[in-house]
Amino acid sequence: MNDFHIFDDPVIFQIGALPVTRTILTTLGVSAVLTGFAAMIWLTLRTRPNSTLATVGEMLVSGLDDLVSDIVGRRIDWLGSFSGSLFLFITACNLSGQLPGISPPTANLITTSALAIVVFLAVPIVGISSRGFWGYLRHYFSPNPILFPLHLISEFSRTLALAVRLFGNIMSGHLIVALLVALAGVLVPTPLMALDLLISLLQAYIFTLLSTVYVGAALRGAES
Amino acid sequence: MDAETSQTILVAVSIFTCGLTTALGAVGAAAAESRIGSAAMDAMARQPDETASITRNLFVSLAMVESTAIFCLVIGLILLFANPLMSTGG
Repeated sequence: MNDFHIFDDPVIFQIGALPVTRTILTTLGVSAVLTGFAAMIWLTLRTRPNSTLATVGEMLVSGLDDLVSDIVGRRIDWLGSFSGSLFLFITACNLSGQLPGISPPTANLITTSALAIVVFLAVPIVGISSRGFWGYLRHYFSPNPILFPLHLISEFSRTLALAVRLFGNIMSGHLIVALLVALAGVLVPTPLMALDLLISLLQAYIFTLLSTVYVGAALRGAES
Repeated sequence: MDAETSQTILVAVSIFTCGLTTALGAVGAAAAESRIGSAAMDAMARQPDETASITRNLFVSLAMVESTAIFCLVIGLILLFANPLMSTGG
């Protein structure tokens, strides 16, 4: 039963005291592919702005910017970059599970926790820089100081929910395919893998949407 | 009771509870998703022009509701594979 590696992560090799696990390797690979893709689009935009690849890049960027401006109400360039990076990274991680022999990095609780902690830290940073320290702190005591513990619990529980939602969906989809291959045969899990593609994109979209909503809520207090 | 017997009981209870957790979690999520689906169909039948935005929100709400069932599945898998009390688990 230990072939599944649901909560642990197999160590592939060690560099000194640092164990390099399967998740680290896959994450680095996904980052390298994404960086190469971005560099390729950047080069194409400078040399051949009318090619298909340049159009694809422009569609990606404008689509992600539209997603942010739909939620926050206006265009914010750095928030578009933040949410867009989250979306592209999570999508690439989820879809990497479709390649044979690769387990998606987001099927590991550590990766999704790291992504959720980034969002968790981005909220106070954005709030303090847009409203000032006391202005941000006041939001915890509004409308009534009695609600302070509830505000605090909601900050932590939504971070936990972000991490476990992404992890659970991707891990379960991958686990079901693995179980079906072990039990039934080669072509039986194909429909479930197609469902997995949909779930992968959907969960990346939802993670991006929710993190944009959280960061946008920390911003919006300044304007109201 | 000796250690082996208590381990056996623990394993049996963990497996049973894993199934129960996943099943009960799935019931709630299935009922909620069916209501979301029927409400979305209703809205689409009334306003066919808004189908695109309704579908987008439909998928988002479906995935949010689905995550409660996924939480139950994760708890079930923790019971099976990463149970801190089981000496043979994990």
